[in-house]
Amino acid sequence: MRSRVWPFLLGLCAILAGTLGASTQAWAIDPIEMSDPILQERYRSLTQELRCMQCQNQSIADSPVGLAGDLRREVRELLESGSTDAEIREYMRARYGDFILFRPRFSVQNLWLWLTPVALLLIGVIVAVRIVRQRAAMVANDPSEPGEGAS
Amino acid sequence: MMRFLLPAGVFAALALVLFIGVQRAPEKSVIPSALIGQPAPQFELPILGTNDGFNNASLQGQWYLLNVWGTWCPECVNEHQMLLEIARSQVLPMIGLNWKDEDAAAQRWLTQLGDPYDVVAVDRDGRVAIDWGVYGAPETFLINDRGLVEYKHVGAMTLNVWREQFLTRIPRAPPATGGER
Repeated sequence: MRSRVWPFLLGLCAILAGTLGASTQAWAIDPIEMSDPILQERYRSLTQELRCMQCQNQSIADSPVGLAGDLRREVRELLESGSTDAEIREYMRARYGDFILFRPRFSVQNLWLWLTPVALLLIGVIVAVRIVRQRAAMVANDPSEPGEGAS
Repeated sequence: MMRFLLPAGVFAALALVLFIGVQRAPEKSVIPSALIGQPAPQFELPILGTNDGFNNASLQGQWYLLNVWGTWCPECVNEHQMLLEIARSQVLPMIGLNWKDEDAAAQRWLTQLGDPYDVVAVDRDGRVAIDWGVYGAPETFLINDRGLVEYKHVGAMTLNVWREQFLTRIPRAPPATGGER
């Protein structure tokens, strides 16, 4: 049996790898390569964290629409003129608001966004601790509960 | 008691949050401008059909509209009659920002449909539009006499929007007389 499973699994992996390769090619909207590999890397990561304002669930790196192309050009020119990543993010934010940043800033307006997960985690921990304590108390109070597991 | 109350409380809180979210969904589709209350970005662009340039600093001290449009923009056709009507009312000058368009197509459009603009500035490569945070045409900005962006409407201008969002913000008698109409 085992010998039949392996070729099947390998085939599946090959198909998956194939589709992955194909789709990364499909995502390569932007053919522009910058001269400096360090700038190119910063360009790549910056365009991936700026939202395409027209399509909204894509980054400007992934979107083929005109405005995304214009914003990529803007990022490229700012990089070439020596702007820092933070300056470029601020440049975009000043024009399009917080909405353009996929990675939100830590600001008073955004406080709840950052603190809600922490609050939820705390609630979860408190609930878990209470349940564990209650169970422990139940076991301690129950004389019939055997230590050797006769159910 | 806690066993019942806690989940019920969580459910009620979640229901409330989702309800508010659904209620506010229509206004969420429009992204508020980051420029409201900020100085209007300055620009110098060629005027459509001429060799002259236009600088919006020349409008310093008066209220004006900046309407972003293009002949490729389907909603722009729908608002055009309303823009003509606004121009006829002579409340304030209207500047057109022809965004990423062909000059010939833009001129044909204005000859065929009528020209509501005092000046049409040509932003062929879309740089000025980025400074203004434009993300989809049509967009209409209201700039006040202190040179600050007072309001922005995204989408076609309608009579209701004009009356409720623009006219209510513009002082009755504009301090400076309108453009060279």
